[in-house]
Amino acid sequence: MSSATSSILRRASDSLSARVRWHPLEIIFWIVAFAMIWLMPTRHLIMTEIAWLGLFALSLDLIVGYAGIISLGHAAFFGVGAYVAALLAKHELINEPVLALLVAGLAAMAVGFVTSFLVLRGTDLTRLMVSLGVALMLRELANQFGWLTGGADGLQGVVMQPILGLFRFDMFGHNGFVYCLVVLFVLFLVARRLANSPFGLSLVAIKNNPLRAAAIGIPVDQRLIVIYSIAAFYAGIAGALLAQTTSFASLDVFSFDRSADLLLVLIIGGTGYLYGGLIGAILFKLMQDYLSVLTPQYWPFWIGALLVAMVLIGRDRITAWNAPLRHLAAKLDWRATRRAAAAAAAAEDR
Amino acid sequence: MNYLKIAAAGLLAGAVGLGAAQAQETVKVGLVVSMTGQQASTGKQIKAAVDLYMKEHGDTVAGKKIEIILRDSASVPDNSKRLSQELIVNDKVSILAGFEVTPAAMVVAPLATEAKVVELVMAAGTSVITEKSPYIARTSFTLPQSSVIIADYALKNNLKNIVTMVSDYAPGADAEKSFTAQLTAGGGKVIESIKIPLANPDFAPFLQRAADAKPEAIFIFVPSGQGATFMKQFAERGLDKAGIKIIGPGDVTDDDLLPQMGDAVLGVVTAHMYSADHQSAMNKKYVEAFTKANNFRPNFMSVGGYDGMHLIYEALKKTGGKADGDSLIAAMKGMKWESPRGPISIDPETRDIVQNIYIRKVEKKNGQLYNVEFQTFNDVKDPGKIKK
Amino acid sequence: MLTILFDGVAYGMLLFVLACGLSVTLGLMNLINLAHGAFAMAGGYATVVLVNNFGVPFFLSLPLAFLVAAVIGLVMERAVYVHVYRKPHLEQVLLTIGLVFMAVAGTDYIMGSTQVFAQTPEVLQGQFQFFGVGIGRYRLLIIVVCGVLAIGLQAILTKTRFGSRLRAAVDDQRVARGLGINVNAIFALTFAFGSGLAGLGGALGTEILGLDPTFPLKYMIYFLIVVTVGGTSSITGPFLASLLLGIGDVAGKYYVPKLGAFVIYTIMIVVLIWRPNGLFSRASTK
Repeated sequence: MSSATSSILRRASDSLSARVRWHPLEIIFWIVAFAMIWLMPTRHLIMTEIAWLGLFALSLDLIVGYAGIISLGHAAFFGVGAYVAALLAKHELINEPVLALLVAGLAAMAVGFVTSFLVLRGTDLTRLMVSLGVALMLRELANQFGWLTGGADGLQGVVMQPILGLFRFDMFGHNGFVYCLVVLFVLFLVARRLANSPFGLSLVAIKNNPLRAAAIGIPVDQRLIVIYSIAAFYAGIAGALLAQTTSFASLDVFSFDRSADLLLVLIIGGTGYLYGGLIGAILFKLMQDYLSVLTPQYWPFWIGALLVAMVLIGRDRITAWNAPLRHLAAKLDWRATRRAAAAAAAAEDR
Repeated sequence: MNYLKIAAAGLLAGAVGLGAAQAQETVKVGLVVSMTGQQASTGKQIKAAVDLYMKEHGDTVAGKKIEIILRDSASVPDNSKRLSQELIVNDKVSILAGFEVTPAAMVVAPLATEAKVVELVMAAGTSVITEKSPYIARTSFTLPQSSVIIADYALKNNLKNIVTMVSDYAPGADAEKSFTAQLTAGGGKVIESIKIPLANPDFAPFLQRAADAKPEAIFIFVPSGQGATFMKQFAERGLDKAGIKIIGPGDVTDDDLLPQMGDAVLGVVTAHMYSADHQSAMNKKYVEAFTKANNFRPNFMSVGGYDGMHLIYEALKKTGGKADGDSLIAAMKGMKWESPRGPISIDPETRDIVQNIYIRKVEKKNGQLYNVEFQTFNDVKDPGKIKK
Repeated sequence: MLTILFDGVAYGMLLFVLACGLSVTLGLMNLINLAHGAFAMAGGYATVVLVNNFGVPFFLSLPLAFLVAAVIGLVMERAVYVHVYRKPHLEQVLLTIGLVFMAVAGTDYIMGSTQVFAQTPEVLQGQFQFFGVGIGRYRLLIIVVCGVLAIGLQAILTKTRFGSRLRAAVDDQRVARGLGINVNAIFALTFAFGSGLAGLGGALGTEILGLDPTFPLKYMIYFLIVVTVGGTSSITGPFLASLLLGIGDVAGKYYVPKLGAFVIYTIMIVVLIWRPNGLFSRASTK
């Protein structure tokens, strides 16, 4: 093998493994997240919302950021998950929340699989509208089957059993928060593994150019169906978390506003790097919470103003503030430094 | 397992105790209503009424300062739940108030029970709400209260073939059920019942369907805020000229929207607990002060807020400032007073409101449309509960 | 039966006027403008204020509503939208949703959250019978106005110089520029015109749909449905799509009230599965 090819191979494998390595900022992110359990015990309720919203946005990122499918109807799966979890608890079919969570996720996944055949056609706008249509029809279905879902009144009288039979959903939301955070973390790990696998890379290839992806032998449709179903599973889990922490499900879980807000959350955080949804959820919720306490009547105005400013000024310029931080992070990344030194040494050998 | 439960209970009790301790100087009232979204106009009416009451009566009662903490539920029930929960555990409120829609009121009920905090329903009108927790009291109304009475009115006035049109959610179902039961018991007939989706842009097809059934009257319930569109389209179809009468609970001729509805609404007969035209010195003063402070007329939602505040003040006076849930709810039971809507009381059994229901007809007074009351039914209890 | 058809046509026509501006901006400038409903709302409130507070006759207020919305549209295009033409769709969504939030809360602040109506003249109230078909006078006005507009728009697009320039700009912006067509000015004018139409639609729609500050959010879905079903490359597409949806919606609610809300979504999904680029689009997509 010539040295040219081997150096290309090495660079390719370096860049691939660089994606897989844990960046120090990531580690800090999760340490801070878990530290919140002790740091801010009075804010656990809103942080619970951030956790499931983050998971929900992560699931949207899987299809928008990795597979390039824009959806305005992701609430469909969120809603299925929420109703399934609430119904399981209400009728005492599955009392253990973790198990119920899984079942709810799988139910959402099934719906995702079936509807993927409708959604994965046509252009961006078509996908947008078909996904939206699916969500709205599910909402109508839930409304029609009032005897099962409670219709427009929501599903009342749901009592959640303790998690793993041990931890009760308490009034202060402590256990609920820990529960959501752990679920989020586990699913994040899975998503991270998935995104960096050959499967994830093939998705990115499809997103960048479906034609070329097909030409190099990637089964485009099949891959899209798989990731769409997985994203539906994630969204279902997020919905189930909502239902379990609030002991409630209402038609709002399917609403257009929820899908639209979700898209905002993801765009604010940025797509295609998994943390976008989480960061977006944190920013959006805190912003909303802060503003709506400040001015309960007119807070949407200021949210709107911030969004407009964000686009007009440009996110690049806004995120420029963290340049020194990134610099610091690069320095912190001692493994990268060491590797660079090794590479330099290797080059000298030759 | 058990020790965890005990620990949690202890924590909770501690928090409530702490709440009581802090409440020495101030009593906090969490007001959870929609200030944005679909039910925004209801939220604003309640907020305006609460502000007015505080302005008139000062912010101290029984040596306690009353502090209102306003939170916007954005018309989404799970927000109501989270906000109420935060108000209880972080802000240590003694009373939760507001709740403009039934799901919001019901989803908070378990919290009220668990934390022993009074939940004061100022708007939502489904009968069953007060049964969801022993700490719920209501100062608004229930739909069966007015639906049953308007059914009697229909029978007396020989309106026997009736089409019902109600919004498709719990209050609508309540209204339809109690109206139909009362009407058929008296020999009337509901020839068609139509349910309208809650979020609905166009009444035209439903109205056409109702008209084609050729009833003598249409019984209509739509939530506060949708009445004007309904009346417009009713008139547009020429149904008023075809001699079809409109009857129903007073939500359709909501005082907030009534001035804009146009002359088509003249002669509509409804049964309800409040009209801005209610003839009493107290109401005159109320309407005057309210319209002066805001640029809209007070409607039936506003009196729910106003009377709710009154109930809180009076209950605190009675307990001597003790703000824990048990003493407050005990003090509220059986409370009687004169409201802008007339004499009202809280039923000691059900904690629901007992009030006069008035039959009103829309008429023009000084160039403005008003619901003019012409018949009074005294001290109506919620029929939805009596039957059980 | 025919009355239902008539109502459906009127409803569809209204949807067309409200949404056709959106279809033009989307097809022409490749801009996803979710704030389109805000211009309709501006037109609606303009009519209400003019008629109720200043005593302007209702018929005169309609062109004024068009003007108000068009001017706002022009200003917004130059000040805000021009910056995002070349940005990705996701950014456009973010910006225009932001504008919707601002419009909703701002209107709430200025006008209050109660539903408002303009007082309509006597001539437009009620219904008359025409060979046994109940014709609502107001709905008849909508059909006439919107029908004239649709024909007029089609004529402008196909017969005038401006129309051919516009079509040239849609087909290939770069070549159009090369031929000395001032594409920017055409964009601005078209945007303003589309906003004006929305304003007019808002003014006409107040009576039927009701008007409150949440208008742009409530009807955003309907506009989007019209545009996707109709396709974005012509006027006839959205026009026929509006009619189809209007009639389908009204008839569905009349005949099967329980399932009424399903009809419009079902139509959309079926059409989009059958013709992913809209009913009447040309094959090419950009």
